[in-house]
Amino acid sequence: MTRLLEIEDLQVQFFTSDGIVEAVGGISYHIDAGETVAIVGESGCGKSVGAMSLLRLIPEPPGKIANGRALFEGRDLLKLSNADIRNVRGREIAMVFQEPMTSLNPVFSVGRQLTETLLRHTNASEAEAKERGIELLNQVGISDPARRLTQFPHHLSGGMRQRVMIAMALSCEPKLIIADEPTTALDVTIQAQILELMKNLSERLGVAQLIITHNLGVVARYAKRVNVMYAGKIVETGTATEIYHNPRHPYTLGLLASVPRLDQPRGTKLVPIEGQPPDLTRLGDGCAFRPRCRFATERCANEIPNLRSVESNHMSACWHFENLDQQKSTVA
Amino acid sequence: MYKYAVKRILLMIPTLIGAGILVFMLMRMIPGDICEIRLGGTGLMVDKEQIDICRENLGLNDSLAKQFLDFAVGIATLNFGDSMWTGRPVTEEISVRFQLTLQIAIMATLTAVIIALPFGVISAIKQNTWVDYCIRLFSIAGIATPSFWLGIMIILGLLIVSQQLFGEPWMMPIQFVPIWEDPLANLSQTIWPAVAVGYRYAAVVVRMTRSAMLEVLREDYVRTARAKGLFEKIIVNQHALKNALLPVVTLVGIEFAFLIGGLVVTEQVFNLNGLGKLFVDAVLDHDFTLTQSLVMMVVTVFVVVNLLVDLIYAWIDPRIHYT
Repeated sequence: MTRLLEIEDLQVQFFTSDGIVEAVGGISYHIDAGETVAIVGESGCGKSVGAMSLLRLIPEPPGKIANGRALFEGRDLLKLSNADIRNVRGREIAMVFQEPMTSLNPVFSVGRQLTETLLRHTNASEAEAKERGIELLNQVGISDPARRLTQFPHHLSGGMRQRVMIAMALSCEPKLIIADEPTTALDVTIQAQILELMKNLSERLGVAQLIITHNLGVVARYAKRVNVMYAGKIVETGTATEIYHNPRHPYTLGLLASVPRLDQPRGTKLVPIEGQPPDLTRLGDGCAFRPRCRFATERCANEIPNLRSVESNHMSACWHFENLDQQKSTVA
Repeated sequence: MYKYAVKRILLMIPTLIGAGILVFMLMRMIPGDICEIRLGGTGLMVDKEQIDICRENLGLNDSLAKQFLDFAVGIATLNFGDSMWTGRPVTEEISVRFQLTLQIAIMATLTAVIIALPFGVISAIKQNTWVDYCIRLFSIAGIATPSFWLGIMIILGLLIVSQQLFGEPWMMPIQFVPIWEDPLANLSQTIWPAVAVGYRYAAVVVRMTRSAMLEVLREDYVRTARAKGLFEKIIVNQHALKNALLPVVTLVGIEFAFLIGGLVVTEQVFNLNGLGKLFVDAVLDHDFTLTQSLVMMVVTVFVVVNLLVDLIYAWIDPRIHYT
């Protein structure tokens, strides 16, 4: 498979009154053409910031992409001129955001918002763009698309708005769609519909996807590969099956144990991850997960663990991943 | 929308009745009356009979109920009567000055909007840079500077500069000429008060535009617009500005309505015979008919401007729907 996006040592900082927040602390991963990759982690772990900085959408200041490369088909997105990155946005890499209720502009019609990407990036005339708009709305399963084009976002339900966002993202046939928690704000049945829709469309059109989520269920079902993030770093990476069935980082173990499962006996208690995410302005030496980790040792306090191979295509940033097996049963 | 507008216009009636009752009562609570002022103002001994005759002629001896009824019927039939002081029809007194005041209010509003929108937007997108600091300084200075002082400075400046340039000082015309008769003379008279008032007006609107824009620029849909690869100009001028306009339109509406009747001091400084001055004179002279009519006119302007602002809301934001 051809490599579509290769991220190397991406580092994003925010300058706040409390000091420098290392939101993304040097992450590396890649996405192949047509592939679906997930980034999982709890709120504030830097997963959205990392993804948004690929399109340079983080506000600068206070944010700053401090280091790294993001090679998209050989071009470093982080070094492109403003004009060039604008040509990439929406045309080659599109985004679907978390909040469909607020991500669409309330004062413009659906049609206007849908067609403006096309008008911006292609030579389509207004009429052609409108026709394509109808086709796109059809594609994402919105009934009566011609009428919908004239409506405003407040006329649509949350699920419909997210479908419009997806149609917008697909409009210029991008090579990659970054979906930042695309279903978090929707209720469960709609979540499934939207994810199915994204999966089908991406398979049919051959679009690669980067799904950012905190929902491991989404990951298991839709992603081929998974990167687990904690405190701005990737702590475990591998295929979805590997991560799900053979987690090799205490944080991943904790995440899996905290998800309710239908195959568990009724009444089984969920096991939360004790403690709180660390303050990103005060990341000391050693492993950031250490204060919450039941496997932590002296070494974890002094040395930052780097990603090491567990198997081919599976890496973990834990000094003790070899020994997690015996103790796994006590957690999961 | 049409139904709503009709409903709102009908709602003007109780508002006008309320304002009418209020001004009628308040005017009559002030001690003294126009006859005492007019006849006593001469400084000579005045016969009580003369005052009585005067009151009789002006209808001030009638019962309050009769006076109110006359006033109400007059307003309802658009017959506002004559000024008690000059004896000329109220409509004539007002219409001459209304032209001038309305023109200055419109010009001040235009000055304000033309300055304020770009400044407010630039200030927001350049937040915390020297450009923003300069614009904020400009707007704070505008709020802190009284219009009459600025007016005096403008007049002095004009005199000094023209003296330097042409050898003799140039003064703006004193006689008001309607714009369609002599645009140059008209503008050379009205532009200065419009600027003096417009500066403060602009300063207020700049601050409102800036803060509304700052709020909107942080919205998710602006990020979406960026993620679509749109040009920054389109994001700011269309996606953000249209959303930020609501509070700005409200403010412009209120300020505009205020200018009709609120320009007292500026008119004094520029020696303009506008509604503000007429208002003050009418109250000081206890000219009931004129004061009442002026109040009714200002109330009508406020109500109509508010209605227009509400209709503009619906035009800007499709979520606002009137039934």
